[in-house]
Amino acid sequence: MKNKLYLIPLIFIFVTSCSESINPVDSGLENQIYHHGNGSEPQGIDPHIVTGVPEHHILISLCEGLTIPNPNPNDMNGYMAGTAESWTISDDGKEYIFNINKNAKWSNGEPVTADDFVWSWKRILTASLGSQYPDMLYYLVGAYEYHNGLIADFDQVGVKSVDKHTLKVNLKNPTPFFLGLLSHYSTWPVHKDTVLKFGDIDDRNGEWTRPGNFVCNGPFQLKTWELNNKIVVEKNPHYYDASIVRLNEIHYYPVSNVMTEDRMFRAGQLHLTSTLPSQKCPIYIEENPNLRIDPYMGTYFYRINTENEVLKDVKVRKALAYSIDRQLLVDKVTKCGQIPAYSFTPPGSNGYQPNTEIPFDPILAKLLLEEAGFSEQNPFPKLEILFNTNEDHRKLALAVQQMWQINLGIEVELVNQDWKVYLNREMIGDFQISRAGWIGDYEDPNTFLDLMRPNRGNNKTGWENMEYDALVEKANTINNQAERYELLYQAEKILIENMPVIPLYTYVRAYQLSPDVKGFSPHILDHHHPKFIYLERD
Amino acid sequence: MISIFFKRILLAIPVLFAVASITFFLIKIAPGGPFDADRAVSPQVLKNLNETYNLDASNWEQYLDYMSGLMQGDLGPSFRFPGRSVTEMIATGLPVTFELAFYAILIALLMGVFSGVLAALKRNTVLDFIPMAIAMIGICVPTFLMGPLLVLIFGINLELLPVSGWGQLPGDKILPSITLGFAYAAYIARLSRGGMLEVLNQDFIRTARAKGLTERMVVIKHAMQGGLIPVVSFLGPAIAGLLAGSFVVETIFQIPGLGRFYVEAAFNRDYTMILGTTIFFSAMIVFFNLMSDLAALWLNPRSRDAS
Repeated sequence: MKNKLYLIPLIFIFVTSCSESINPVDSGLENQIYHHGNGSEPQGIDPHIVTGVPEHHILISLCEGLTIPNPNPNDMNGYMAGTAESWTISDDGKEYIFNINKNAKWSNGEPVTADDFVWSWKRILTASLGSQYPDMLYYLVGAYEYHNGLIADFDQVGVKSVDKHTLKVNLKNPTPFFLGLLSHYSTWPVHKDTVLKFGDIDDRNGEWTRPGNFVCNGPFQLKTWELNNKIVVEKNPHYYDASIVRLNEIHYYPVSNVMTEDRMFRAGQLHLTSTLPSQKCPIYIEENPNLRIDPYMGTYFYRINTENEVLKDVKVRKALAYSIDRQLLVDKVTKCGQIPAYSFTPPGSNGYQPNTEIPFDPILAKLLLEEAGFSEQNPFPKLEILFNTNEDHRKLALAVQQMWQINLGIEVELVNQDWKVYLNREMIGDFQISRAGWIGDYEDPNTFLDLMRPNRGNNKTGWENMEYDALVEKANTINNQAERYELLYQAEKILIENMPVIPLYTYVRAYQLSPDVKGFSPHILDHHHPKFIYLERD
Repeated sequence: MISIFFKRILLAIPVLFAVASITFFLIKIAPGGPFDADRAVSPQVLKNLNETYNLDASNWEQYLDYMSGLMQGDLGPSFRFPGRSVTEMIATGLPVTFELAFYAILIALLMGVFSGVLAALKRNTVLDFIPMAIAMIGICVPTFLMGPLLVLIFGINLELLPVSGWGQLPGDKILPSITLGFAYAAYIARLSRGGMLEVLNQDFIRTARAKGLTERMVVIKHAMQGGLIPVVSFLGPAIAGLLAGSFVVETIFQIPGLGRFYVEAAFNRDYTMILGTTIFFSAMIVFFNLMSDLAALWLNPRSRDAS
């Protein structure tokens, strides 16, 4: 018998493992605990420091801005009242008066005031904090100047507290997308006393974001944070709308491996995945009822270095663009409901419908290349497509390589690089053509068109067009949306005529969602406010 | 043996110093920086960030600054995770990685030694061929294939075990431990078999048998002591390899260990994190190699007497 003692732990492990255990999705249903696949480990949860999508998913449950994303996909406005219960806008569109909800409270029970917003916006505009999103507030009078040290007095910046619950914001220009911009986390408030308890206003490394320290004003509060394991948030009893919040907890899992996330979903460990293994999408479209494919405000495109000797000729750039069959790319390569892109800004977002065209016309493309001086006697030199290491980018580049080879006779080399090397090469202009993607920060074409203005850090193509710049600039001074869009359509046309970027397809959000999850509606920016989400089995 | 121990510890100091210095300058050569992002930051913001993390100083100044911090046990702040120190992150991931490595090595030893010794004793029989064929498969099948296969069978099809996590659901440690341990079990099986075969033909085994000891005593008391020396020598680098190489298993099974921090730090150009984890893993490799050398020395009577 003594010799068999070693079997006891083995039997224990076997019994505990093999006994029928209720999976997290089932137990979550009973306890209203929502299991959320969340991509990678978040950098942090300081809304003024972080920059990524996983961070946004967590922050949207912990903090709340003046507006929140609208869960109704049929509503033209992508936002609705948040911590500001109402607002008025002056006739010239430059002054906003926000009425802060009088019941809005921080998770420690203290009231949220207009001063909190003033201080928080001062913090993000403090240069030494090193926030990467200060430009979200550059629309305010004096904000750019304060951030760049041109003025030292924050009182000159266009944000004031009129009284405890009234916030006045003055903009440089009427900015029709300003309210939507306020549902971006960089504009959300932080609790002044808590931040200052652990450091100065510009301290990036303060420990105020740790469990036990963190105070914010969202529907949930931070409970635990196990690095690379999970973050748990629990219902905030002080939230002004706590009565409609039905979830008790949300568990965020930083699952960076898409295959692991897929297996976790299949085994009932997740209600929601952050994405999908792309190779499984065509199969899931056929047979997986949990697959969701939603519109997404993002464009996949090829960036062209217009300062490159052979690519500086617009005819060459057009020839490259016209010889790509976008429909074929989405049907045979990406295969997950993506939409061929014929404009840089995704059409349809907030009523924006650019009428640009990028024909698939190999004969015209060949002709353009000949006009640019390339023929059999003077063949086009070898081209390079730069992309970051990723199987999907490689497949797409292979298809484009073939199309350019067949339609134009151009030899193309594919160059894949580690993410940071790729970014570095793009930044210093050491590329000919590089793959790129852009997801809107807010629901307005400006988030795309502003990118291609001269001197914008994300332009990276070397392309400058003063007419384009003037149109986008002017559009931002106009309060009438129809007139404004008219100018932006013209700008979009110039962009497509000059082709410093070759749009390929409009992104979609493909993910898996448990049928138990209710109140989760498609949102073009993938912003889902958790106060509307609950778990219920049909 | 004690003098050997101290001599090797003293030798480890310049080794670690060299590792830290070479790594420091290597990561500076790598293109891209910690704050390069898809959404490019403005020059003003980049300047502020570089100032905050002392990246605006010359490489030599940064090197001296880092090394003086290192002498005092300060591995610096993580660039990727504001508010977290590298020491804190290593301390968070280390217990998990150690636990995973411990289970894996336990499984590897149990499976490997048992099948290796059995194969040696039953040489050229089915009991030799089958375990050795399995061992060959174990060596050939990489963990990134073995892991998902086990998950598919035991997690998704049979629904017996969780497919991911560590210490969150009952039994979630079993599949990752087996996945990581299996490859090492295969090596250990082959090493045990080879070592045992060599020892079993030696005179002292014949003597042990001649004086009437049971076969079990001959194997356990005499043959295994000498026959497993190759396994013991292998264990040092194996444990170090398990610690540093657990990244794949940690990723497949969503385990919050140190391996993921290590690899992700390299991708993110999180300089201090890369340095901290490299120095730490180097120290582990030095330490476990030393331990296995000492153990092998102690197991071998000739070298034990000589030392």
